[in-house]
Amino acid sequence: MNELVVALAIGVLAGSGTWLLLRPRTFQVVIGLSLLSYAVNLFIVAMGRLRVGAAPIVEAGAAADPAAFADPLPQALVLTAIVISFAMTALLLVVLLAARGYTGTDHVDGREPEE
Amino acid sequence: MSAGLDHLVIAPIVVPLATGALLLLIDERRHAAKAALSLASVLAQLAAAMALVRLADGAAALVYRLGDWPARFGIVLVADRLSAVMVLLSVVLALAALLFSIARWHRAGPRFHSLVQFLLMGLSGAFLTGDLFNLFVFFEVLLAASYGLALHGSGTARVRASLHYIAVNLTASLLFLIGASLIYSVAGTLNMADLAARAGAVAAGDRALLEAGAGLLAIAFLVKAGMWPLCFWLPETYGAASAPAGALFAILTKVGVYSVARVWLLVFGDAAGDSAGFGGAWLLAGGIVTLTYGLLGVLASREMSRLAGYSLLVSSGTLLAAIGSGQPGATAAALYYLVASTIGVSAFYLLIELVERAREPGADVLAVTAEVFGDIGDEAPEEEVGPAIPATMALLGLSFACCALLLAGLPPLPGFVGKFGLLAALLEPEPIPLTAWMLLVLLLVSGLAAIIAMGRAGVRVFWGPGERAIPRVLVIEIAPIVFLLALTGALTVQAGPAMRYLEAAAKSLHAPDGYVEAVLKAPR
Repeated sequence: MNELVVALAIGVLAGSGTWLLLRPRTFQVVIGLSLLSYAVNLFIVAMGRLRVGAAPIVEAGAAADPAAFADPLPQALVLTAIVISFAMTALLLVVLLAARGYTGTDHVDGREPEE
Repeated sequence: MSAGLDHLVIAPIVVPLATGALLLLIDERRHAAKAALSLASVLAQLAAAMALVRLADGAAALVYRLGDWPARFGIVLVADRLSAVMVLLSVVLALAALLFSIARWHRAGPRFHSLVQFLLMGLSGAFLTGDLFNLFVFFEVLLAASYGLALHGSGTARVRASLHYIAVNLTASLLFLIGASLIYSVAGTLNMADLAARAGAVAAGDRALLEAGAGLLAIAFLVKAGMWPLCFWLPETYGAASAPAGALFAILTKVGVYSVARVWLLVFGDAAGDSAGFGGAWLLAGGIVTLTYGLLGVLASREMSRLAGYSLLVSSGTLLAAIGSGQPGATAAALYYLVASTIGVSAFYLLIELVERAREPGADVLAVTAEVFGDIGDEAPEEEVGPAIPATMALLGLSFACCALLLAGLPPLPGFVGKFGLLAALLEPEPIPLTAWMLLVLLLVSGLAAIIAMGRAGVRVFWGPGERAIPRVLVIEIAPIVFLLALTGALTVQAGPAMRYLEAAAKSLHAPDGYVEAVLKAPR
């Protein structure tokens, strides 16, 4: 059940993100990229296998059975990925505003399509 | 190795990081101080890279363990011959671009020098890292810096092109993450050497997942490399970028090519069992199509900056096809061609600005106004214009001819040696496959296209009718171009040793046992 919920969440996020990414307005592109990056972040966590209630860190001194713990590596990866995609979205927003200022339109090509 | 030399491997990453951060603290108006610091740092990196190239020749790979964690758990930096050469190449291009920018461009926008340093850090990191996720991080570092550099100087064209550039690369980065995490879920490791060791043992049911992950990863790399149909952003972005930024960007496509060569040959080598050679046909076909698209673009472009962009695609296509053909001989020649063509395109990007200055009256007015206000020449020694004016045009023309020879691959410059080596390697196997014939014909035709396009552009600029203003060219602007072109000349004269070095690099790329062993068994 858990797996289905996570898979559906990733699918919906990725699908709507892709659709928005292909839209002609810059703001839609930014939101699309954000949604896609959420989908990817969830995907990375899921790739470490889904565990409920398992700690990722072994307690000092105790002999540990790896099977009883969550994989810590994807969690570290996803933290890095979140930070990077957050920073890049901020940067893209600045460029978006600059493009809006220079071209006077929010179309991604910098000019309105001819009717 | 002695204790001091141990840390040499990380020097090309730490030095630009520290310099870039330090440069942020210096006041934006102190141009001379910033330029001097930046230049000193690049010279230090140049020394480190040259030492690295020499050291890497001795062993299969120099391994540097970050935090002294063993390779499977920690991140390692690995310097083998190919990495060292790529680091050296990027530092050389940065030196030329930096010198060029001192004349004018580094004042065109804020924090230029920091961005160059961070770009260098990302480049060196991407070339040196031995870990897939770390490669992602360094990709982001170099991309973030390249976004800033693409926007350097601002203006409608640059902002518009950058918007596409950033969106495309962000999407590619997301694919990179999906690919890397898929590979991790199957193989349980992100260390490239460990991955190579385990690729053969992946269960048959999981093999499709591993290959899917690798395919997604390859798309992320190939967007950077500019393989058709992932390349439409490239000519516009690079053409809109300022001259020093364009000269630096010439190596960005090579990061993609390098990553493909490294990861693909490592993971899907002969040891990969059923997956051995996965995707090779795609690389070869993609390279051939890219080469075709690039040479059509070269023929079709009127503006020289676009011509340079399409030349980059031609060189990417050649490299991808050569690597995809899967012969060590072709790879060695391709690496030589990579070095020669990258330097050539980089010099061409710098040259374009000087040549265009002669064609655009506006640019000259700008230069003159800048001069009236004492903006130029504070620290740059100016060339004696006056009676010596024809020499400026002659020097520019000569440099232009050299670039044309390099891009077209004609003797005596090293583009020819690289192409010749490639042709020879392609004709080696018996019987010669059809794709090799196609590649062979395209290589020759692309040379012809380059010489036609360059000849046309050159005639228009240098022999065109009518009086045109002679551009004011400072010594500091022409010097980096001459330096780069002289370097290619040296590469021809020293073709023997250079080729031997790159052959060894290609051999260890194709038979990565030494690399894998060095990483996994690195002594504490």
